[in-house]
Amino acid sequence: MLAVMDSADRQKDRDKQTQEALFRALIKRVAQNHDRQAFAGLFDHFAPRLKSFMMRKNASAELAEDLVQEAMIAVWTKAGLYEPAKGSVTTWVFTIARNLRIDRIRRDVHMPMSELGDYDAPSDAPEGEELLGRKQEDGMVSKALGNIPDEQRQVLLLSFVEDMPQSEIAARLAIPLGTVKSRMRLAYGHLRRILETGL
Amino acid sequence: MKPHHHLDHGTVMAYAAGTLDEAFMIVVASHLALCAFCRKAVHEAEALGGELMSELAANAVSAECRTRTFAALDQATLHRLPVAVPQTELPVPLARLLDATSFKDIAWKKKAPGVAMFDIKLPAHARGQLKLLRIGAGRAMPEHGHGGEEITLVLQGAYRDHMGRFARGDVADLDQDIEHQPVVEQDGDCICLVATEAPTRFKSLAARLMQPFVGI
Repeated sequence: MLAVMDSADRQKDRDKQTQEALFRALIKRVAQNHDRQAFAGLFDHFAPRLKSFMMRKNASAELAEDLVQEAMIAVWTKAGLYEPAKGSVTTWVFTIARNLRIDRIRRDVHMPMSELGDYDAPSDAPEGEELLGRKQEDGMVSKALGNIPDEQRQVLLLSFVEDMPQSEIAARLAIPLGTVKSRMRLAYGHLRRILETGL
Repeated sequence: MKPHHHLDHGTVMAYAAGTLDEAFMIVVASHLALCAFCRKAVHEAEALGGELMSELAANAVSAECRTRTFAALDQATLHRLPVAVPQTELPVPLARLLDATSFKDIAWKKKAPGVAMFDIKLPAHARGQLKLLRIGAGRAMPEHGHGGEEITLVLQGAYRDHMGRFARGDVADLDQDIEHQPVVEQDGDCICLVATEAPTRFKSLAARLMQPFVGI
């Protein structure tokens, strides 16, 4: 039984890796040749997920689609900045969507907050030191997410997807702020352990 | 020199999710500019965000949205790789925010002997308060948060408290109930970037500033 689950897990890992390899190839074609067909491949995968991501807090379908459009155009214009060593294409698209949300939905358009911590900027630190091993990341993150307790997963969803500050999550779930924080810490610790040991 | 005091993992996650108050976001971004260790942690947390997003049920996008997006590609300006910005006294995010590269450019306001402060103006809807504090050598740091979340990043000089020594790049990301009495080292001013949640209680601050200054 355990062996069966193991091999299912490994299959899932391989699928993720194949999918990410495809995304990287598509991004490269967009960056180098402004290849619309490659972009269509990325659009068809990411746009429907971005739309779900943008439709929280009763955002209308119209607003969500405006933001999807903006995010996908950013994928097109920033494709040349994507560095595989910095993380998966999926993670990169998430950060684009998150930054759009920070700047366009909640905050002041005259002072884009997300640009302050600009990850597009080349860093001064030795590359190997700060970057996620990509091989490690593909598949590992979904494994980590698949294995965490529901109460941690719930907090992650409210935070990363529903865009709720930790204090708001505490109020929504009627639990102390400290509990929200410790669930976030535990979830991160869990990911860290899986990235480090694979277990 | 690498920082020794890092971000709480709860803060790393909130930053990656994009849910931190603006004032805290700027302190975290400034720490990240100085700390490869925490940059790595944020990248990992962002990978969780990517995975959560990719697991969402797909929500079909209208044909119009697709058409509009493709039609806009021709006019879209491609981003170029930005030129690396040299690190100055101010970490890049703070330098951008203040449009300054040196602490000499800051319009410090003297608050007490050996204590100067600069309130950083944030956008109208921004949450949290952000300020720079400059405390003279050998002096006790005033407590500036009181009763709310608080995060402090050392940018110049160093202070000590029961947690140890905090120098440039070190961040004190502590639970609000932890009491501490930081004292600046003898060999120079200490400049910190501080984000607080609640409006600062100036009464309390003034009271602390009037305290006899503590030597090491």
